[in-house]
Amino acid sequence: MGSSTRRLDIEEIGDVTIARFIDRKILDENNIQVIGNQLFSLIDEEGRTKIVLDFSNVEYLSSAALGKLITMEKKVKAAKGKLRLCCIRPEIYEVFNITKLNRLFKIYEDQERALEGF
Amino acid sequence: MGWIDQFEVHIPSSTTEGQKVQERIISRLEAIGFPPRGIFGVRLALEEALVNAIKHGNGLDPNKSVFVACQISEEKVRVVIEDEGAGFSLQDVPDPTDDENLEKPCGRGIMLMRAFLSLVEYNERGNRVVLEKHRNDDAAPSLS
Repeated sequence: MGSSTRRLDIEEIGDVTIARFIDRKILDENNIQVIGNQLFSLIDEEGRTKIVLDFSNVEYLSSAALGKLITMEKKVKAAKGKLRLCCIRPEIYEVFNITKLNRLFKIYEDQERALEGF
Repeated sequence: MGWIDQFEVHIPSSTTEGQKVQERIISRLEAIGFPPRGIFGVRLALEEALVNAIKHGNGLDPNKSVFVACQISEEKVRVVIEDEGAGFSLQDVPDPTDDENLEKPCGRGIMLMRAFLSLVEYNERGNRVVLEKHRNDDAAPSLS
């Protein structure tokens, strides 16, 4: 599985980028590294600053993946942009709740709510 | 009640090998109808514990291996994971939910293991952990 394998489905609605994770399991350090690089390139290389991360497909998420999300949040803030998360399953939301990262990220139930007021 | 399934294996310090043993354990739990919520917690905890052993314990050293022992009964699953590293002190692990740590990209693995499992027990040296998940332990993860 090379680094060129796409891990995000990208959609644009106006000036907002919706990036949907393709993987059901965001585990495995190598996989997380690739996903992280693709996330960061949205900002670093493509200059996108309004981003919604869609977790509809995500069934598992490790703490290493949380680390990439935190780095993503910092990059978006540094670029004076906005990052929102949406469509997180209850068991995955528990992970954000336990680690109190639901205080750090703006999390929405669905894409529609995530796009409001962007 | 006795064990209905068990195995032991030494794996190289590779996260890919860690994934394989994780899948082996999960597939056995699925085969016996272990509750999905329990399987979610076990998979997450195995990922965290194996990465800790491989990456932090053994430093990804190809000359070091990780010992994994799995035992499954009707009531629970028990996994022992032991690395060849120097170990660590649990007291040295900062609380990742403290304000000053919240934005750090790492340090949440043990917290997640404790939240989703019935038992997480380290030996004194810190290179061996016992993980247990009881089938009927459906309580919501602890937030402490």
